[in-house]
Amino acid sequence: MRDDCGYPRVLVLGIGNILWADEGFGVRCVEAMAGRYRFADHVTLLDGGTQGLYLVDQVRAADVLVVFDAVDYGLAAGELKRVEGEDVPKFLGAKKMSLHQTGFQEVLALAALLGDAPSHLLLVGVQPEMLEDFGGSLRPCVKAQIEPAVAVALAYLAGFGVVPLAEGVPAVPVEPPHPALNLRAYEAGRPSPADACRSGDARVLGRLELKAGNC
Amino acid sequence: MSVMQTPNGFQLDNGGTRVVVDPVTRIEGHMRCEVNLDENNVIRNAVSTGTMWRGLEVILKGRDPRDAWAFTERICGVCTGTHALTSVRAVEDALGIDIPENANSIRNVMQLTLQAHDHLVHFYHLHALDWVDVISALSADPKATSTLAQSISSWPLSSPGYFRDVQTRLKRFVESGQLGPFMNGYWGSPAYKLPPEANLMAVAHYLEALDFQKEIVKIHTVYGGKNPHPNWLVGGMPCAINVDGVGAVGAINMERLNLVSSIIDRTIDFIDRVYIPDLLAIASFYKDWTYGGGLSGTSVMSYGDIPDHANDNSAGNLLLPRGAIINGDLSKIHDVDLRDPEEIQEFVDHAWFRYKDESKGLHPWDGVTEPNYVLGPNAKGTSTRIEAVDEGAKYSWIKAPRWRGHAMEVGPLARWVIGYAQGNPEFKEPVEKVLTDLGLPLTALFSTLGRTAARGLEASWAAHKMRYFQDKLVANIKAGDTATANIEKWEPRTWPKRAKGVGTTEAPRGALGHWIVIEKGKIDNYQAVVPTTWNGSPRDPAGNIGAFEAALMNTPVAKAEEPLEILRTLHSFDPCLACSTHVMGPDGGEVMRVKVR
Repeated sequence: MRDDCGYPRVLVLGIGNILWADEGFGVRCVEAMAGRYRFADHVTLLDGGTQGLYLVDQVRAADVLVVFDAVDYGLAAGELKRVEGEDVPKFLGAKKMSLHQTGFQEVLALAALLGDAPSHLLLVGVQPEMLEDFGGSLRPCVKAQIEPAVAVALAYLAGFGVVPLAEGVPAVPVEPPHPALNLRAYEAGRPSPADACRSGDARVLGRLELKAGNC
Repeated sequence: MSVMQTPNGFQLDNGGTRVVVDPVTRIEGHMRCEVNLDENNVIRNAVSTGTMWRGLEVILKGRDPRDAWAFTERICGVCTGTHALTSVRAVEDALGIDIPENANSIRNVMQLTLQAHDHLVHFYHLHALDWVDVISALSADPKATSTLAQSISSWPLSSPGYFRDVQTRLKRFVESGQLGPFMNGYWGSPAYKLPPEANLMAVAHYLEALDFQKEIVKIHTVYGGKNPHPNWLVGGMPCAINVDGVGAVGAINMERLNLVSSIIDRTIDFIDRVYIPDLLAIASFYKDWTYGGGLSGTSVMSYGDIPDHANDNSAGNLLLPRGAIINGDLSKIHDVDLRDPEEIQEFVDHAWFRYKDESKGLHPWDGVTEPNYVLGPNAKGTSTRIEAVDEGAKYSWIKAPRWRGHAMEVGPLARWVIGYAQGNPEFKEPVEKVLTDLGLPLTALFSTLGRTAARGLEASWAAHKMRYFQDKLVANIKAGDTATANIEKWEPRTWPKRAKGVGTTEAPRGALGHWIVIEKGKIDNYQAVVPTTWNGSPRDPAGNIGAFEAALMNTPVAKAEEPLEILRTLHSFDPCLACSTHVMGPDGGEVMRVKVR
């Protein structure tokens, strides 16, 4: 789908839950991109959170879709994964317990079922190191991949003639997280473990100790 | 093996075959359910376990109370707005902040939008697949489907050609390998009762609802500034009103108000001409599936919501009823006081937490969250890989909330039973019409299907109430009142040194409460008791079982290895699990582990 001036409609979407450590990677990528670059109004940068099914409309409206997300491809923690087009998995499951389990793959499948899958799709993912740390932030190896991930996205978009605007050119507003949730405020405001115990399920605890050496 | 009687009226037998239904996500899922089946495959014991611990104090302690809504909006992928609204209400309650009338109307429109949207999406995109066999739709006759559709509704998309197109699209989709839709369904299970034509009609409306739901959430974009993650504000709403403005960024003008109005009209139309007729048509094929009532006929509770006028939280001002029914006595509605330390209490003797005295419960303002993960002596497996929990001991990361010691069901059915019992015609008349149309007695309401029907009736109720509050908002603006926020107490220096408050909403899936303690301008304690804590709670010191467990009792399961009936009843609660991870895997990830032993 192209806009009135013939430009491709581009959606750059960060998905994930910022409250669960490396799960926040996708949203943090969009936050970083929105903080540094501005684009013309046929490009939308969107903090999609864990909205699942509710993102299907934005996805259907896009001609070019770039998704930042945490991915499980069995790689080393912090490894970047670039997946393009048909190689991005699509999946619909019917045994979900909850609407909350609508994964992004289902959103892609539903867009296809409705006949509106984006023509061009890029997934820029990172293999997470730690998810089970409620209230925690990105682990260093994952945080270090924000800039490379943004670079991958920019290179892909350049292939469609989509480049950031020069300084001083008016741009459309973007949708980063609320200021209270930006990466720095989120990390600085975290209660200490002494103030608010972070421990939980032994299955979680075991992994926390193993991987991060904290509780 | 033992048989025991619970104080709330259930006979539990933990003999027979133990079946474990464990939805597995990458982090072991967030809820599992174990049941014991007798020799006739009837559930005689049910055990509901929350498998992931979380607490809001862990992220909120020490932060600015005015920002809490933005964090709580992120704890859940579906109930974003309702958590945010609950949070700003808790802060306003603590600090004694009144909001303008317009803010109340706008909040109600947003909350009702969420109700209508969530119920619609839950019905078609989660729950319908428990009743509708998608694969069977491929063998439907489009002409007969058209006749069926036209016999139940005047909805225009109903020609044989339309249903033929949908069927072709579905067929192509099913055959397209990787996209294989709904690939994990129990298709062909004898528990599915609809004829192919009803299945095709439902699939067509699954697609229409998916297309339509995007319209409803545009209301959140108008009033919340953006969607997903609309903006909220302690003291009102963050949207300015300027009816004469033209395209001003952020301000609500007549064009925006008219857009909302038109969306409301279309929402009412879709729910009343598609959702409700489908609900009745599907239900008519399952009239003899009367299971899943659980606590709904005996113990239900609602905090009430949708205040008609701003700043009045008395029961008479709440359009969704507040109250509690206990012991099945529908003639008496008890009032619910969220501040009374004797009313709402959380128990942990069956939950993986530690209290000094676990025979007693604690009110959320006094809530203690100290983990204590130990398995009971009869648990099977290891602490990192549980084969079966021991429900005689601690077995869940969900605390057991009780109202005056009673396990309660919350959610649409609870609200509608209370409204019905009050004799409020807005609730009583639609319930009676559904029962009459289906030829069912009142007792049929207390069932899985009753829960599903109440959700549909509530979606319609909510859509019509959106119209009421939108009209009220426009009338108030036209009368010259454009205030949307009260910032008199915005600055922390105007606050008392210590304050505590409680905010509530009726989330789509039930009663939601946030309890906050503010000290020197920062959050000192923050406790949320969410609907699924009520419904999915473990047992308590007296031995009462919670709503999920009760609802599964005495249900026959056609095939133990395909426990569709268990999912059907659990889904009817629209369970809200910690919606945290959706990490992509090359094979698509989430699977349901069903263990039969």
